[in-house]
Amino acid sequence: MAVYKQTYRPYDGTLTEPRWRFWVLARYAFEQVFAWRLMLIFFVLCYVPTLIGGTFIYLHHNLDALLAFQIPVEEILAVDADFFLVIMGFQSTLAFFMTAVVGPGLVSPDLTNGALPLYLSRPFTRSEYVLGKFAVLATLLSLITWIPGMLLFLMQSALEAGWMMSNLRIATAIVAGSVAWILTISLLALALSAWVKWRPVAGAMLFGIFFAVAAFGGAFNGILRTDWGLMMMLPVVINAVWQWLFYGVVAARDYPLPVWTAFMSLGITCGVSLWMLARKVRAYEVVR
Amino acid sequence: MTIPTIELDHLSVTFNGRPILEDLEGSLSGRAIGLLGPNGAGKSTLMQTLLGFHAPSSGTARILGMDIRTRAREIRHHVGYMPENDAFIAGMNAVRLVRMMGELSGLPKEEALERTHETLFFLGLGEARYRPIETYSLGMKQLAKLAVAIVHGPRMLVLDEPTNGLDANARRRMIEIIRQIRDSGHTQLILSSHLLRDVEECCDEVLILKDGKIVVYTNLEQERRENRKFLQVEARGETSAFLRMVEARGCELAVNGSSKIKMVLPAEVEIRDLYRMAADTGVQIGKIDYKRDSLQDIFLKAMEAPNGRL
Repeated sequence: MAVYKQTYRPYDGTLTEPRWRFWVLARYAFEQVFAWRLMLIFFVLCYVPTLIGGTFIYLHHNLDALLAFQIPVEEILAVDADFFLVIMGFQSTLAFFMTAVVGPGLVSPDLTNGALPLYLSRPFTRSEYVLGKFAVLATLLSLITWIPGMLLFLMQSALEAGWMMSNLRIATAIVAGSVAWILTISLLALALSAWVKWRPVAGAMLFGIFFAVAAFGGAFNGILRTDWGLMMMLPVVINAVWQWLFYGVVAARDYPLPVWTAFMSLGITCGVSLWMLARKVRAYEVVR
Repeated sequence: MTIPTIELDHLSVTFNGRPILEDLEGSLSGRAIGLLGPNGAGKSTLMQTLLGFHAPSSGTARILGMDIRTRAREIRHHVGYMPENDAFIAGMNAVRLVRMMGELSGLPKEEALERTHETLFFLGLGEARYRPIETYSLGMKQLAKLAVAIVHGPRMLVLDEPTNGLDANARRRMIEIIRQIRDSGHTQLILSSHLLRDVEECCDEVLILKDGKIVVYTNLEQERRENRKFLQVEARGETSAFLRMVEARGCELAVNGSSKIKMVLPAEVEIRDLYRMAADTGVQIGKIDYKRDSLQDIFLKAMEAPNGRL
């Protein structure tokens, strides 16, 4: 109907598939995120580690190029688990900054202006709402972590016959390690965004959780002469998980605790974040 | 058989052990149902419970025949909700917000965009549709909330204090729109308001709540029909012969002073008969008013009733 016929009419057309409706939230959020030019520039910069990694792999397999640049062959590092772990470290740091910028703006604007009843009065559940918001971060972070990581893996596999089959563990580690990181920081960012309605404060709190809690963990270790405080240091914990995924063992100097404690620490972080979201993502809060 | 709009089946809601709605029971079939009551009576909680925002502590309710405990998602597919307080997303213009909400209700992208523009023009927000909603006036924000509620063409519209904070013109516009939606015949309304006039102008059934209990249920339409022949007549001249004649035709009379007469006419007596009898007895009828118990009378009686029930 044309807009000049100004009247009310019901809708009896086709409906979209309910199970994919959470993606509507993600689609609108992407439009908003990339409307900010600085964000777009930052997103492109997140591919720098991948480009450097790709260049390195190319040089590694191109003797002519090494000679042209006068790089001694013995100085070229092997493309192995160490190489991918370093690349992943850079990518994950950038992913953390991306989360700190995008994450706080996902839930807090809905809570500040009472928009949740608008979402939840539709055939759309609280879980779908959280899933939709999570999908924003999960997609953005995947695009700068495990997807380019896997492209590098495939590039190396294509350039060296038989390398892929003997290094399948690396592929698993790239995907599983990145997913663990994405899950943890995304849920944490969403939970903070739901609890702290002011966007800049929510962003600052994400840094606070990482660095202040890590400092507390360090103090805990120092005072009680124990290592259990390491479980509070998320960067140390995720590094232990990555080491285990890439090598099957964790260096005792980096993480002297059993490796399951690292997984438990991530699990607790995710669980608490989900609990915080469950408490806050409601159409109406019942005031005590 | 017509499915009732709302069926309340011993519905109770408790927050932190405090009863908010207590054992509500009844069946409402009106096209437009008004919820009235003082602040804290439970109007908004009842609406929110019907939408599945709060779980009943006991009992249940059905909307358009669908149980709120088991078919909440289906109910929300058929319902449009306009909340009482501010509800928008900062930085979003009306087109984006309404379109997104349409898509979340299941409308395909193109259809949602088309209906968004239609809806915003229908509500008079056409010119302002690309402005961020936080820059809107209060009246425009109310209309934007209504746009979000109706973009998907719901079968039932739940309006929580739609005229809250509006000036006289904006209120009149809002009431006109609500009546237009009601009269389209496609959508049933539940309207909560503390303004009796809003309810009186839009609704045909009224539920009055007090302290979480139903104190009055009244069918305004029926009330209007039943009271159609309750008249207040101003007569001039010697009225005794006229009154005798009217009484003889079966009318109930109450005389207030010498000239104001209240009468309830039996079905067979029409108003033109009154004029004829007045002419026969030399009485001049100055003015005839239809009178009935106004909603205000009903509301005040309900609020004054000591046990909370009329």
